[in-house]
Amino acid sequence: MKRFFTTAAGLSALLLIGAAPSRGATLNVVTATQDLASIAQEVGGDKIKVTSLAKGYQDPHFVEAKPSFVLILNKADLLIVVGRDLEIGWLPPLITQSRNAKIQPGSAGYLDPSQTAKILEMPTGTLTRAEGDVHPLGNPHYWLDPENGRRIAKAIEKKLTELDAANAAVYAQREEDFEKRLSAAEQRWKGQMAPYKGLKVVTYHRSWPNFADAFGLEVIGYIEPKPGIPPTPQHTLDVINAMKAQNVKIIMVEPYFDTKTPDSIAANTGAKVLIMPPSVGGVPQASDYFKLFDTDIAMLTGAIKAAGAK
Amino acid sequence: MLHSVRVTSTGILLVAAMCVAAPAFAQGPAVPAAAGTEAAQDPQAALRAQIELLRQQLEALQQKVAALEAAAEVPAGAAGAGGPAGALPVYGSTSALSKIFNPDMAVIGNFVGAAGKNTIAPIPALHLNEAEMSFQAIVDPYARADFFLSASPEGLSIEEGFITFPTLPGGLLMKVGKMKAQFGKVNTMHSHVLPWVDVPLAQTNLLGGEEGLNDSGISVSKLILNPILFLEATGEIYNGDNSLFKSYKRSDLGYVGRLRGYRDVTEGTNLDLGTSIAYGHNDAGPDSTTRLFGVDATIRYRPLRRAIYKRFIGRTELFWSRRQQPAGDAKAFGAYVSGDYQFAQRWFAGARYDYSERAIDASLKDKAGSFLVTYWPSEFSQIRGQFRRTIYAEGPVANELLFQFLFSIGAHGAHVF
Repeated sequence: MKRFFTTAAGLSALLLIGAAPSRGATLNVVTATQDLASIAQEVGGDKIKVTSLAKGYQDPHFVEAKPSFVLILNKADLLIVVGRDLEIGWLPPLITQSRNAKIQPGSAGYLDPSQTAKILEMPTGTLTRAEGDVHPLGNPHYWLDPENGRRIAKAIEKKLTELDAANAAVYAQREEDFEKRLSAAEQRWKGQMAPYKGLKVVTYHRSWPNFADAFGLEVIGYIEPKPGIPPTPQHTLDVINAMKAQNVKIIMVEPYFDTKTPDSIAANTGAKVLIMPPSVGGVPQASDYFKLFDTDIAMLTGAIKAAGAK
Repeated sequence: MLHSVRVTSTGILLVAAMCVAAPAFAQGPAVPAAAGTEAAQDPQAALRAQIELLRQQLEALQQKVAALEAAAEVPAGAAGAGGPAGALPVYGSTSALSKIFNPDMAVIGNFVGAAGKNTIAPIPALHLNEAEMSFQAIVDPYARADFFLSASPEGLSIEEGFITFPTLPGGLLMKVGKMKAQFGKVNTMHSHVLPWVDVPLAQTNLLGGEEGLNDSGISVSKLILNPILFLEATGEIYNGDNSLFKSYKRSDLGYVGRLRGYRDVTEGTNLDLGTSIAYGHNDAGPDSTTRLFGVDATIRYRPLRRAIYKRFIGRTELFWSRRQQPAGDAKAFGAYVSGDYQFAQRWFAGARYDYSERAIDASLKDKAGSFLVTYWPSEFSQIRGQFRRTIYAEGPVANELLFQFLFSIGAHGAHVF
């Protein structure tokens, strides 16, 4: 019994150790993905410190809810999530365990920029999991349209201003500058893609509807028979036939998927497999939000020229 | 966005209306009262011209507003864009609104079958072992609640039901209710997240079975912030009446303490270590207590780029039980070692070795070895086969084939790592 009380006393002593984490003058911003981190950095500049939980080369649906993330979230002043249930499988328990009142959903330090973004593939009618791992709140890969990049930046600027009014002018100026540079870059990207408007492609997962919408691609099929369901022989055959019938020469694969099936489809159709990053950090050269599009557009236009796709 | 546009357009209309009114007011005194009819008509004509001008301006503005509205189309799904079409179903007299605040609900079926002979601890050939119902939601700005009801052949029971206060002062996380005690790893897991069909022998022999240390109580945990590793200390007080402990009077409480350390070794590999203690009265008599001490270690490997295809989890837990009983203290030891390897998007293979003495009599030693294969048709269902060879202390050897179908419907919250 005595030993028990000693242990209990030891434990309670441990509970009391550890004062509140010290916070610097800069806002500590944590984002779910590197895309959001890049945009937040553009808006916040040196007034904020940004950390992303998921890496760009990681499937954002399947991130491990590691305790090390709890430590990062514990010190956060602002948490920016992608939303639309993208992080439903890993982020909610991390937020609960973070012991951080600021970033709980509904608190001032929780931002879901998807609330003001243009969301595609909103399900209509009956929705069941017979459709696979569908997103009932629409497609969450919305950052792949520069228009949404601007909307995300606007939402972040508004939130940063709310949390740190002293630097409101800095955030406003940086956000405006970002919008300007992004719009100019968007003109350039759209110009590069203009000759290939209506180009038919196949993608692995439904990660690209916003990208396709912005740059005039037509996604005619997916390697996955249904979201989250791995390729089946019959479906693969259907994709091959559809690609042959419509002369599709481009297969876009996210870096975190196996290329075995895409490669075999490519061998059967003469198409080219592109390991295209859907996120900042997906490949080393896609190191920020601008370079993400630079990389993707360069890959795409290069492959179109090489494959002679139309 | 739409709201602000509406406000702006209302503002423009107001300004426009004022503009119409203002010149008329300003011109009023300027017109001499004794002026001729021509002079009186002239201002009227001027007024008409001005109104016409303003009308044109207003039209231009309205067009501009319309253009702005078109450009700033409300994104689908955003506030004001309308949700999924169609009304929510209304049953009885409740309003549709009440459905919005319904908790996330899910049901998980756990169907277990067994083949082979086991005379010591037999389970039915085919049975729906459990239907777990979960209800999870945020209570208010300060708390969330989780309920897990378990319907099994023994009846309906509250597997867990607790409120969590995630943001208490001092960085404390408090849970109050009935819950699985934070003792080791297996004890905290729901049956559908276990990597096996059964639970290790050590859990059965020393922690009171599959149900384990699961009681009503209060749990408080704190992060011990330091630059080296994730360190979490948990202290729990329980009613002291569960499958392991027995409470004879109100002061016979159960106590659980746990210290957990975690560190990323590389971005895809991490190490998770813990030590736990538990203390409470046992069923040998009002003055008999059981003390439990546990150590657990988990190593995980999951390469980030291939996270959906490949992972390995190696785990071991060791338990020491010291049980006071009239015949003298029984000191029993139990442990298991297990490894699970995901070798394709839907396939897992695993193995486990068990050794455990019995809590009541440490001279009775059970041993078992298992091999497992698991197939995931999707994230929401799972089919598993486990070959288990158990050598019981009494002598019999049981070779069994266990199989399991796990299936989940509804919205089940993510599990703690």
